[in-house]
Parts: sequence; structure tokens; C-alpha cells
Amino acid sequence: MTEHVATNETILVVGGGISGMTAALEAAETGKNVVLVEKNPALGGRTSQLYRYFPKLCHPTCGLEINLRRLKGNPRVRVLTLAEVTGIEGSTGNYTASIKIKPRYVNENCTACGDCERAVETMVDDPFNYNLGQHKAAFLPNAMAYPQRYVLDPVIIGTPDAEKAKAACKYGAVDLDMQEETIQVKAGAVVWATGWQPYDAAKIQPYGYGRFKNVITSVEFERLADIHGPTGGKILRPSDGKEAKNIAFIQCAGSRDENHLRHCSRICCMASLKQTHYVREKFPEDGKSTIYYIDIRAIDRFEDFYQKVQADPSVSFIKSKVAKITEDAQGNPVCHGVDTEGYKRYMTPHDLVVLAVGMEPSVKGINIPGHIVADSSGFIEADPANGAVFGAGCASNALDVNRAVQSATAAALRAIQVVNKVAKAEA
Amino acid sequence: MSANTAMAEKYRNNFLKEIEDQVEMGDWVKMCMQCGVCSGSCPTNFQSAWEHPPQELFMMIRAGKREEVLTTSSMWNCTSCYNCIVRCPRKLPITHIMHGIAEYAHRLGMAPKMQPTRFFSGLFWKNCTHTGRVNELKLSLGLYFKDGFAQGVKNGMAMQTVALGLLKAKRLNPFELFGGHKCKDQKGIQAMLKKAYEIERSRKTAKMAG
Repeated sequence: MTEHVATNETILVVGGGISGMTAALEAAETGKNVVLVEKNPALGGRTSQLYRYFPKLCHPTCGLEINLRRLKGNPRVRVLTLAEVTGIEGSTGNYTASIKIKPRYVNENCTACGDCERAVETMVDDPFNYNLGQHKAAFLPNAMAYPQRYVLDPVIIGTPDAEKAKAACKYGAVDLDMQEETIQVKAGAVVWATGWQPYDAAKIQPYGYGRFKNVITSVEFERLADIHGPTGGKILRPSDGKEAKNIAFIQCAGSRDENHLRHCSRICCMASLKQTHYVREKFPEDGKSTIYYIDIRAIDRFEDFYQKVQADPSVSFIKSKVAKITEDAQGNPVCHGVDTEGYKRYMTPHDLVVLAVGMEPSVKGINIPGHIVADSSGFIEADPANGAVFGAGCASNALDVNRAVQSATAAALRAIQVVNKVAKAEA
Repeated sequence: MSANTAMAEKYRNNFLKEIEDQVEMGDWVKMCMQCGVCSGSCPTNFQSAWEHPPQELFMMIRAGKREEVLTTSSMWNCTSCYNCIVRCPRKLPITHIMHGIAEYAHRLGMAPKMQPTRFFSGLFWKNCTHTGRVNELKLSLGLYFKDGFAQGVKNGMAMQTVALGLLKAKRLNPFELFGGHKCKDQKGIQAMLKKAYEIERSRKTAKMAG
């Protein structure tokens, strides 16, 4: 895979989430050669970590599968996983990227049979489940991982566990001698689609994330609801494994806050409205959701989605940003604040509090050439000064899946125009 | 001025403009987005005296409720703990605005006369500017007798053990009641304060005149 020859007519796509996959495929389907770089062992990014997505509440596996089918059938896209861009040099039409590729310790012979996983005993944290659970140190990153190939966690290399994995493999796929390598890739244009990361909720000190076990983030809640998640799709609270039926959602946890993220993260209102559906789905009789909000921003044309949730008697809305969370003797998180509608104080215990954390761009600490113009929140701006480095998806703005795909298609089009010029195909 | 700003200016009511002009940090009031974190974070909020929490005061100002805002005792209950400033997502200097509104209400003579914070502030200022030193005995006695002689004696009796303890530890000198200690240059302090009053008065009069 690494011997692939890239030229300055190649488009480099950094990030293999929904935006990066889209940009890569859109460009490849017009006949361009694309190198798609993903730092995780599998494609799909944060979209693959969702249980369902709004507004139709279908499973992300569906949308991702369509993209994976396109990808498998397209020889023009070269996928590099466990790979990170460490630097880019050059200018429009002539970039050279340094890409560091970490060893996977499993080669192309892997059939994903799972024998190595059964042989290995060491357990490690599972980042796919936001470390809510653990998995074996020989693992498939997730159920629909692409490439469908196992990975050995570096912690077992040099231990008897690694030898066990090697011995268990019938196909000679485990290669313990793989080394980290850095390769140079040429490209005419770069699509930067490194996505987002959930804002570090521990920084919102009064909410007690990290101190109170039953205060979790919205992304963690997605994993609790997912059948492939650490609880097998049951909403159980972390402190005692009790079913969490009375759930509070706190909006703007980190967003729209000059002390944290100054932008509106856009997706969180819709995400919490969506998550109230999970509560009703799992506990149709006695599930109860409470949304604490400043104002509901059902972005795009989703006001009807909001109205349907409003009509649901199991969901209540409290117009107030929670000021602080404490914990009572039973381990229930208690929300304190003042309701803006009537200015009444409340102190309300819940089984579980879900912080609708904001989106922070992951464009950090990477040596992108020149002066990449970013806005005050760190999202890449569409600016001529950026040359042929184009932001796409959540690297460029706080976007939902739908809009991220639109943004990625736009970025692909810009990149195509650049390499066409390089090829003298366009004036 | 952009069309937007012009339109916003048109609909900004007179009381909000008055607060912006007259109150220290008053121009921040319009930035409040009514999230309620200030009110929820206020340690005095569980006392009945907080008739209107800060976010409500800001909304009342924007709604033009001049009389209600300036005569309420709410902002006088601020303890300057700064929780609200630290947590405000819009970085409003809420503590300072509370003091600013209180000071403006006082300047207009609309603040509740016997509100303890206001009463104590007046007492404290008089006490320390008189000699250039704080006379703690006179200050606490003044506060004890705020609500009449009988209540004053009652307050004194309630604090008896504390007073005796202070006496024993030589932290309370009963002779302070007669004159008390002074700073070296009492006249200098007085002259300085007189000048300061003059400057402040001319500044505020100019402001009030618009």
C-alpha cells in the first residue's frame, strides 16, 4: 500500500471520517487519484460511534456502508490507516506531506476470524467506546471496521501475549516485526478533514464531570445506547449499573461560553432531542427526559423534530442553564439553577446527567504549511491565503453529518479544480 | 452606524439607555442572554431577600421597569463572591453591575433607606473618614442600634460573650467610645477627601445632565 506513487495530480485527504471519506470518493469518482489518511485503525470517525443519527433516526452503519461499498469498488483511493500527517511542505499544486504510519502488527492476510483475540488475555481501554469499556489487546476496532482487519495493541508487543496471537493465527497474518515508518507523499491539493473532538467536560468545573460518575457526556451516552456499546445497548448508569430512567440533558456544556468554546456547536440541541428518543425507546413505560437549555437551536429545517419532542409527555424542557451539579447520598446527580421562566430556584435529582458537550476542531498541533487561516474557535476558514489546503467537515465548522458531507463535497470540488490546473486540463 | 445598529438603537428603551449612561459597567446589561447561571450560582439566592436575581434585573432593565429596579433591595444583597463573574458565559461583570445599580439608586435617593447593606455602607464611610481610622466599637454599636434602642440592647446582649472574649484578648478597647484613635494627619485626609468629592460630584453632575 505504501509503495503507491503519488504525484502532484494526487489529492491528499487527511481524516477518514464521514467528511474525509466523502471528499476522497467524490474526487476519485471524477477520475482523480486520492490518498486518504486516517490516524485510527479503521475509517468512519465519530459518525461510526453514533447509535443513530437525526432526523430520521437511522443507524449510521447504513450511511457508512454505502460509502464503504463505493470505496471498495474504487481503485483510485489508497487508504492509509494508523497514519498521521506530521507535516506538509510546498505550495498550491506541489505539496509534499510526511506521513507517519504506526505498525498494526497484522498484515493483509488477516481474515478477521478472531482467533488472535481469543488467544490474547491482556485487556486495554476501548477508545471506540470512549474508554467506557475494555477490549482484548488483539481487536477489531469495531463491528463494521474498514479495513476489516485485526490490530494488536503495542502494549503486548514483546510479551508472551503477542506470541500467543501469532501462534493462534492460521493465516500467518500476525507480523510482530512491523516497524513504524514515515513516508513522503506528493499531492497537488489537500483536503483537511480531521473532524472534531468533544470538548473536555472536566474543564466545566461546576458540573463535576470526572468527579461524579453519573455525569457523562453526550458522546458517551451514544455508546451506552448502542447495542455494540459497553452495556450492550442498555442505559445503565456508571456508578452502580442501575437502569437510568430519569435523565437530564444539559445543553451548551462548553459551547456559547467565553470561558470555554465561544461558538455554538450547532449539533448538540438536535443531538439531545434525538437522545430523548433513546430514553423512550429503552424505557417506554417510565423513561423521563429533562432538557435544560438556554434556547433550543434546531438547526436547518428541523423545527418539526423539536415540536414532536415537545409534544412528548415524557420529555420536559426547562429554560435554564444549570449552574452547578452536586451528588446526593444515593449517588444521584442533582441539578441546581434558576428557571428563567418565572425565576424559580430548582434542585432536581436525576439518575443520570448527560452533558451535551460542544465541538472543538481537532486541527491542533499539526504543522500545516503557511498560515492556515482559522476563525477565533480554530475552525479552518475558506481563505485564499490557505493555498490549496481546504478545510472540510468539522475541521471547518461545527456541522452535523448532513452538512459535513455537503462541506466535504465542496472541498473535493475545490481540490479537483487545483489538480486539473496542474494537469493543464483547466485554464 | 449600520442599519442593524440603527434599528437596535431605535428599540432600545430609555431606561436601558439611562443605565448604560449612568451605571458603572451598565453598558454590559444588553449582553445578557438570560441563561440563568448567575442566579443559580449566587450564594445569597437561597435567602428570601433576593427578590430579583441578576438575570431578572437585567431583563427588567431591558423591559423599562425603572421604579421596580431602582427601589428593590435585591442588588444590595450582593456579597461580592464573584461566582457569577467567573461563570458568566458572556463574561458580564455582574458583581460590578450590581454595585453600580445600587450606587445609582442611592445617588437618586430611591434605594430602600433601612436596607442593612446600604445603612452599613453609609455608617462605615462616615466612621472611617471622620478620623482617618475605623472605630470598630462605634461602628458595631451603630449597627446594633439601627432599628431602635430596644433592639440595640437586645443585639448587644446577644453578642455579650463575643465582646467579653474580645476584651480579654485585648482586641476591644472600651475607651474608643470617647473619641478613639486618629491618623496622624487628620486634616490632610479631610482635604484629600473634599477634593475627591468635588471631582466625583462634577463628573456625575455632568453625566446626569447628559
